[in-house]
Amino acid sequence: MTTPRHHPIYLDYSATTPVDPRVAQKMIPWLTEHFGNPASRSHPYGWEAEKAVEEAREEVAKLVNCDAKEIVWTSGATESDNLAIKGAAHFYRTKGKHLITMKIEHKAVLDTMRELEREGFEVTYLDPRPDGLLDLEKFKAAIRPDTIVVSVMLVNNEIGVIQPIAEIGEICRAKGIIFHVDAAQATGKVAIDLAQVKVDLMSFSAHKTYGPKGIGALYVRRKPRVRLEAQMHGGGHEKGLRSGTLATHQIVGMGEAFRIARLEMAAENERIRMLRDRLLAGLEDMEEVYVNGDLEHRVPHNLNVSFNFVEGESLIMGMKELAVSSGSACTSASLEPSYVLRALGRNDELAHSSIRFTLGRFTTQEDIDYTVKLIRERIGKLREMSPLWEMYKDGIDLNSVQWAAH
Amino acid sequence: MAYSDKVIDHYENPRNVGSFRKDEEGVATGMVGAPACGDVMKLQIKVNKDGVIEDARFKTYGCGSAIASSSLVTEWVKGKTVDEAATIKNTQIAEELALPPVKIHCSILAEDAIKAAIADYRKKYGGAEAEPDKKAAD
Repeated sequence: MTTPRHHPIYLDYSATTPVDPRVAQKMIPWLTEHFGNPASRSHPYGWEAEKAVEEAREEVAKLVNCDAKEIVWTSGATESDNLAIKGAAHFYRTKGKHLITMKIEHKAVLDTMRELEREGFEVTYLDPRPDGLLDLEKFKAAIRPDTIVVSVMLVNNEIGVIQPIAEIGEICRAKGIIFHVDAAQATGKVAIDLAQVKVDLMSFSAHKTYGPKGIGALYVRRKPRVRLEAQMHGGGHEKGLRSGTLATHQIVGMGEAFRIARLEMAAENERIRMLRDRLLAGLEDMEEVYVNGDLEHRVPHNLNVSFNFVEGESLIMGMKELAVSSGSACTSASLEPSYVLRALGRNDELAHSSIRFTLGRFTTQEDIDYTVKLIRERIGKLREMSPLWEMYKDGIDLNSVQWAAH
Repeated sequence: MAYSDKVIDHYENPRNVGSFRKDEEGVATGMVGAPACGDVMKLQIKVNKDGVIEDARFKTYGCGSAIASSSLVTEWVKGKTVDEAATIKNTQIAEELALPPVKIHCSILAEDAIKAAIADYRKKYGGAEAEPDKKAAD
């Protein structure tokens, strides 16, 4: 496989992935020669597009072991989360008005929940355990007689931990609660078997799995049947659940990306795990370094580390040879530290000092060795500049200091 | 976020990083900010018998703009009298470094660090000049 070289070194695969060249190649004819509308029933342009869409649907279904009829195309995981949560809440509102989720969910889930609260629904936001995983006892205790929907992500985007969705599914099914799972960060990274786990709705994205941006899917269980109220109205595409002309080329891309993921994920994940462990080994003997989130129940692609006494944005600035994410949201518009790390109970300093490394298909050992060398050097330099590091080295307990808040 | 060339220069080649011994003659220390807010600045000045700042050192925990702001003020205070240094305004720092609006707080913190160091100097060595108009930020 020819891998395009990227500079700076790309270690932000959880933000997005490059489209695999094999996927891009397969998409192109569906933009130019085979441009038909899959909904056109009266000529071969439409028929061939429809066939391509259905083949891609089969590929998405195969990766997660469900029936292709249970897959609905959307524009991405955000839309899938909206359709699943609002659609189920609206359909089942006569049964109850309570929903449960976790504080470390993606904003696409959290903000959808907030919208439902404005509509009069009630939502419980559960704290994770300090390792990032859901506490099943706390979850059971949060269930009310009027709970209608539960939404828990499979793989967390910031810390990569894998939630116990099989156990949650059993609990929900026994109580007749609809269970939605955001699996945007999970496809190609963990095995998903929808014939086994009792999940009712599952959101997927193509661009986290080497497919194109702008396309996703929602799994909607048929046995037992789950009903949704459509959020997008129009020509009645996707059995009325999501109107809008299907983007054939995007769908073909997602199908091919998920086919490659199914065939290659076992070998790829082992290779990536080896690289991630090499990265961890290169950093963990440094002083005052903390791994965020459980290491065992975690995808091999993710390492989220806090470098105490160094501020995240300056760290990122000092590592312009690397494309990584910081838990200090100074890099975006607000000055808030990561809400995910705060929910784990990390203090603001450690949340501000965190870096998320996410590895992927085109990461090499050379990339990792270079990264380790660079980080050790830059952390050393920034700590030499840090008054907090100096105080720590002088044996001063930073919690005992009276800071002037500003 | 795009940084100005001056911020990048100070970040990559910070001036006067380090610490003086606190008991050294003429040394005064200002520490402002809080770890929870994402920035802490420590500014030290060394003042000679004539009330002139001979030398300065800083250490900063914070973003690139915070590091650049503190590095810049160590350059600016050198050679100034304590009273002159007390007149440095955050707007001058922000202008020199071309800080964007979200980073103005870094320049305010740097001004506060100067004021805190001068307050410490006056506490230690007298010099009953007018107290700086505000000691720490709100």
